[in-house]
Amino acid sequence: MSMPAIEVVLYTGAIGLSVIGLAGLLLHNNVFRMLLALVMLEAGVNLLLILAGFRLAGVAPIILPEQMHNLSAITMNDPVPQALVLTAIVIGVGVQALGLALIMRIKAQYGTLNMLKIREQLEFDLAAQAEVTTPVSAHSPGSLAQGRVRQRVSEAITQKDEQ
Amino acid sequence: MIWIVSIAVLVMLAAAVAVMVLPNMVAAVAASSVVSLALAVLFALMKAPDVAMTEAAIGAGLSGLLLAMGLKRLGLWRLED
Repeated sequence: MSMPAIEVVLYTGAIGLSVIGLAGLLLHNNVFRMLLALVMLEAGVNLLLILAGFRLAGVAPIILPEQMHNLSAITMNDPVPQALVLTAIVIGVGVQALGLALIMRIKAQYGTLNMLKIREQLEFDLAAQAEVTTPVSAHSPGSLAQGRVRQRVSEAITQKDEQ
Repeated sequence: MIWIVSIAVLVMLAAAVAVMVLPNMVAAVAASSVVSLALAVLFALMKAPDVAMTEAAIGAGLSGLLLAMGLKRLGLWRLED
């Protein structure tokens, strides 16, 4: 199966954009940077969807009055993925606004946008609320940070007992 | 046709990499708008004019404005460095 060169370039762009977005989502620690990576991922997936309905000799999916008498002669791009992507773009902006609102709440609550610090603080808060030290296996990747959390929680509990 | 598509894809991927690696958040948001604009050009070339219009207006315009205003609200709006 030989693919036209133009489709190869477009597929490269769509898959490349998705991979960049996914890699950014996984590798960044900053929450705002993760939101930007999510925007990139959305754009890549939208391009991939439009590409699914793309035909090399196709025209825009509009039937002109002079084409009505021989509809079989014209090739048309598939309008269904286009309608889907039209909706997905608008919903994407809604998701961005929701993410931005959550990030603002995180900033107001914890004063930082760093994922690792937020997680440590979150585990501390949860453990202190339940008055337990968090169970952790010795070989877990986050055991160093969790060890600090355990220490702070046990200090807080003993402080509370003394009162 | 193939050259225009190649240039647009190249600009799009370069801007996407810039979004990930630029240390300045304002520059990263601007680069994400550039990605959306290049995507709108690609949609127009792929005979999807309605999607191209929406992407240029919502994706590049409204989304960039939203992210920039969020950046200002978060106190990350710094033009130097």
